[in-house]
Formats: sequence, C-alpha cells, structure tokens
Amino acid sequence: MYHDADTERLGMPRIELSKLAKRYGDIEVLHGIDLAMEENEFTVLVGPSGCGKSTTLRMIAGLETVSGGEIFIDGKPVSHLEPKARDLAMVFQDYALYPHMDVARNMSFALRLQKVPQPEIDRKVRDVAEILGLTPFLNRKPAELSGGQRQRVAMGRALTRDSSTFLFDEPLSNLDAKLRGQMRAELALMSQRVQKNMIYVTHDQIEAMTLADRIVVMHGGHIQQQGTPEELFKRPANKFVAGFLGMPPMNFLDGELRQDGDALCVIGDGFRVALPEALADRCQQRNGNGVVLGVRPSDLSLDADGSADETQRFALDVVVTEYIGAQSVLICNCASQRMVVELKSDVPVGLGQRMHFKINPEGIHLFDADTDAAI
Amino acid sequence: MNRMTPYLFMAPAAVIIVITLLYPLGYMVYGSFRDWDPSQTIGETEWVGLRNYIVLYGDPAFRESMWVTLKFAFWVVTVEMILGVGLALLLDRNLRGMSLLRTLFILPMMIAPVVVGLMWRYMYHPTVGTINRWLKEFGFSGVDWLGQHALLSVIIADVWQWTPFIFILSLAALQSLPSSAIEAARMDGATNWQAIWHIKLPLMMPVLIVTCLLRLIDAFKVLEVILVLTEGGPGLSTEILALRISRTATEFRELGTAAAMSGYLMLLLMTLTAAMFIYTKLVERRAQRLARMVAEAE
Ligand SMILES: Nc1ncnc2c1ncn2[C@@H]1O[C@H](COP(=O)(O)OP(=O)(O)OP(=O)(O)O)[C@@H](O)[C@H]1O
Ligand SMILES: [Mg+2]
Repeated sequence: MYHDADTERLGMPRIELSKLAKRYGDIEVLHGIDLAMEENEFTVLVGPSGCGKSTTLRMIAGLETVSGGEIFIDGKPVSHLEPKARDLAMVFQDYALYPHMDVARNMSFALRLQKVPQPEIDRKVRDVAEILGLTPFLNRKPAELSGGQRQRVAMGRALTRDSSTFLFDEPLSNLDAKLRGQMRAELALMSQRVQKNMIYVTHDQIEAMTLADRIVVMHGGHIQQQGTPEELFKRPANKFVAGFLGMPPMNFLDGELRQDGDALCVIGDGFRVALPEALADRCQQRNGNGVVLGVRPSDLSLDADGSADETQRFALDVVVTEYIGAQSVLICNCASQRMVVELKSDVPVGLGQRMHFKINPEGIHLFDADTDAAI
Repeated sequence: MNRMTPYLFMAPAAVIIVITLLYPLGYMVYGSFRDWDPSQTIGETEWVGLRNYIVLYGDPAFRESMWVTLKFAFWVVTVEMILGVGLALLLDRNLRGMSLLRTLFILPMMIAPVVVGLMWRYMYHPTVGTINRWLKEFGFSGVDWLGQHALLSVIIADVWQWTPFIFILSLAALQSLPSSAIEAARMDGATNWQAIWHIKLPLMMPVLIVTCLLRLIDAFKVLEVILVLTEGGPGLSTEILALRISRTATEFRELGTAAAMSGYLMLLLMTLTAAMFIYTKLVERRAQRLARMVAEAE
C-alpha cells in the first residue's frame, strides 16, 4: 500500500490510512481501516449511520485521537500532530460558522490568523465570494442567512485557505431535497475547477455515486469495498455493498445451485434461473450449494410476449404499484419472497396480476449464503 | 368574563409587591427629605427638601465612603472576573476528577458571609493568624493585614468568596458554546489561546456582561464581611457605603441622612441596572430582527 519513491507527484499530498483504529473506552468503533487516496481524487466515505465515517474523517482532521494504526500525509505520519499542522480544510455538517463574525470575517479567519496582508485577504474573500455567489452577503452575520447560504459560507471558508485537502462531513444533509440537488451539482463543478484532494462523508448513496472518483463503502467500522462508482455498482464485493448502492435496492432471493441439463441454475421458491457461463465457472470452484441471487430492479424488463426462456425470467405477482413519474416501482411476490421491479409507467398493471420479467444476464449477482461475499 | 377579572387575579401579587417593596422604598425616599431622629415618628419630622442630599454631597466622610465603595467594587469585580473566567477556561475539559475539583471551587460561595468574615479575621490576625504564621515560616515578616492593608484584605476575602460565582456561570456559558465552531477554529489553525480570544470569549460575552453587572450591584451593597473583618476601619479606610448608612442610622441617629445615602446608592444601582436592561433589550431586538430577516430569506 505504500508508495514507490519514483511515483509521479502532481503537487497534492497523498493521504493514506494504515490499520487505523478507534476505541472509545472498551468499545472499538473502527477496526483497522486501510485506505490510500490518490492526488486530486474525490473520495467519498459512505455507509449507514454509525458505521464510523465521521470518526474516520475527524481522525484525519486531527479532531479525534488515534487509538491504533497511523495516518500518513505525503508519507509522513501525522497522527500526533495538531489539526493546525496538517493543512486541511474542513466543512462541517452543521456548518460551524462563527456566529459573531460576518461572512467576510468568517471566510478570512484562517488568513487573519496567518497574518496574511489585508489587501490579499480582501482579494481572496472577494474571489471566493464571487464563485459561491456570496458577494451580496459579505456583511451579514450567519444568523441572517438561509440554510443554503450558510452552507456556501462554510464552503467558502474552506476555499479561501489554500489547503491541499478538503474534508466534508455530510455538508448537504441539513438542506431540503431541491437545494441539496443544486448544491451537489455546484460541488461537482467546484471539485473540477479547484484541483484538490477531497474527502467527503455522506450516508446518501446518490451523493456518493455522483460526486466520487472513488467510493469507500463502510459498515460496522470496516471498509466493505472501495473503487470507482461503476466498479462498485457493477461488481459489488458483497451483499452489503450490493444492497447499499442503487435505488431501489437490489433484490435478494435465497436459492440453491443445481445442475439442470447442461446449465448451472439457481433454484429457489418460485424461480429457476440459469447462470451465465462466467458465473457458472466461478461456482464450480466452491463447495456448498446455498447462495443468494441478487438482481437489481433495473435489470428486469417486461417479457410482454412471453418469448424469454423459462430459466431467464421471473413470474411475479404484483402486490403494490408506486407511481413515481415516467417509471413505476412494482412490489411483487415471487412465491414467498419479495421482489421489486422498475417498469415504464405506460404499461397497464393490475394488482394481483401475474407478470413475466426477463433478466438481463449481465445483471445476475450471486452471493455466498453464509459469508455474503460475492461469487 | 368581565374585563376586570384578570386584574382581580393579579391583585394579591400586586398587593404583596406594594407592601413588601414599594412601601419601604417610598418610606425611605420620603424619609430622605426630612430631618428625622429615631425618637420621632415620621409624622413629627420636619420637611427639609433636598438638604440631606446637598449636605451629603459636600460631606468629605460620605465622599470618602463613596470612593472606598467604588474602589472596592471595581477591584473585586475586576479580579473576580479575570480569575473566574480564567479558571473556567482552564477547567473546561473532561478529565477524570474534574467534576470534584469544580465542586470544591464553588464551596466558598455556600458559606454565610458572616462566617467568611470570621474565618478571614482569624487568618489575618497579626500574630496568631494563619497567613502571618506561614509568612514567618518562610522567613518573611508579617503583614499588618487589617490595619495598613485593610482594603486589600477585604478585597481578598470578597474575591475568595465570590470568584466561584463567576466561575460557575462562565463554565456553564463555555459548555453551552457550539463545540463545532471551536473545532472549526482549530481546523482554521487557531492555537488554544487564539480560540479563546477570537471565539470563546466573544461568544461568552453576553453572559459575561450580565454576570459582571450582577456582581457589581452586589459589590456595592456588601456589608457583613467588612463589618466582621474591619468594622470599616482603620479610620474610614474600609467604610463602604452600606456600613456608613447603618452607622449613620444607628450611631449618629440621623435617619434622614441615612435615607438620603440610600437614595444615592439606589440611584447608582438603578443606573447600572438600567444599563444592563437596555443592553439585554438591544440584544433581544437584534435577535428578533435577525429572526425576521432569516424568515424572509427562506
Ligand atoms: N464520543 C463517543 N463515545 C462513544 N462512542 C462514540 C463516540 N462518538 C461516536 N461513537 C460511536 O462510534 C460509532 C461511529 O460513529 P460516527 O459518528 O463515526 O458514525 P457515522 O458513520 O458518522 O454516522 P452518521 O451517518 O450517523 O453521522 C457509532 O457507533 C457511535 O455510537
Ligand atoms: Mg457522522
């Protein structure tokens, strides 16, 4: 995981976590995180509430002590250093603006501490305020701003400092859905414009997928998987990652591997699905037949004319339809198990009706029933 | 329901306030305009208008007493504020045993002032007092605490008793500060000292101002500790206003003059209170205006 000396440097420091652990008293909440972030990379830590994302970020920031392992910035261990010495800028979830300072002073606090000359401070504040559309508010106190404006001030405070790395702890979670969408787009734009390391914590998988160069999925104090959004979406390493990314979430059906003629099939209550060759090959090398079949709702399509082979489709009974615009979400029964399907809204659907859905062979995922690891 | 009904419900409270507050107050103000010997009922006294006030204004002893009171109040409040806030900043951390330490710090405040006075009188005693014994132990000469340095001595005693008051209020203020703003300051590169100076103190300021005014008002009325420690002496060096008022009334038997002194003290305290009141009102106004602006913005 460590870096070769001849690796090309683009100027931004690399941040690496090595077996990073955190204990509160006797309880260990982070169990040895290994992570290396590349230069100018937008890294998103994502996971359910309480999985240790904020803790990880705050340890990188230096706001939380390290109980085990080490943090390296540019190859140098930093876990004993004060935040001040690490040259990181952080955007907090609750913005953490200084209530008694106006916007301009909030944004220039770090520069004033560094005794940067006033004209330069003014210029930086003006530039950043321009980028973020904060120019009309420079003389207002945080209490005189709306949530979205405060959010931008928090961002601006980080931007005025020329630090190499930005840390974000759920910066959008206090905003309403519309504003969150806007800010997400602005953030994506900004991250392209300013070439910096970004480490971004969220529990919102849409934010993670749209913003990240690299997603790190965490669960229970462990990293479950890391990679590009596409990698994680297409080849999830385990059932947790598969179920966490994607909306509506992946369907999981308990089944068994069985040879059926010359095809290897997963057979379960109410379905029999033939595996594509590559997957079948991987299955040959394992013992035990218990598996979980995973299929995303978007990998199912209506088999209107019944042309699909019986081992390439599901027969489902529609229980509920949820209209969400151009698409509808159908909640169905596959014998005793639940399945969710996405469908164009113009297809007429009756409740209780039995319908057939073709499976996209690319979209078949298999997981070990005991370990939840992907096969 | 009759329009008068609400006032009917308020009546008992109003009566109690009039009897317990306004009546004695009115009595005092009325008395301050009369030449009043304790052997007379107030009806028998002679109306002298502002004479008591005018005489007091030119009275060097009263002026001295006023001056002593001002010096006392200024020094105790200044020292107590610095110590109290400083201690709070120092002890605002979650270490083992910290809560015990905090409890110990606020003990002096719970002791009756007379007891505090007695305690310090023994400690200040020139020969057998604890302080001088220790000083001599370490080779210094004893200090004539309650003689030459009487004002300093009473200031020390008051500081000992009332610093905890400022300490607990400051600590409460500190612990209710938004922790993320302080973390943000650390991320912005502030040292502990800079975080205190630029973030914590400004955010504590409203509480500190009110605390300061409360202590100031109290300091102007201090009596027991000084009564027990020095009885105002030596000379007039520690004769604070409250002491002089009670003296004037009981020893000099000039109730009218005493009442006029109280009038002066009251004027002073009312000015202070008004300042505090206006300040809080201004802060409140500002908060309301901001709330409106935010509501409009959203
Ligand atoms: N001061 C603390 N003392 C004890 N346990 C703590 C403390 N702070 C956090 N934890 C525990 O550490 C775990 C990780 O917390 P963390 O704040 O990192 O979660 P998170 O992933 O950021 O969750 P969320 O999405 O809700 O913010 C949680 O189980 C939490 O209960
Ligand atoms: Mg968190």
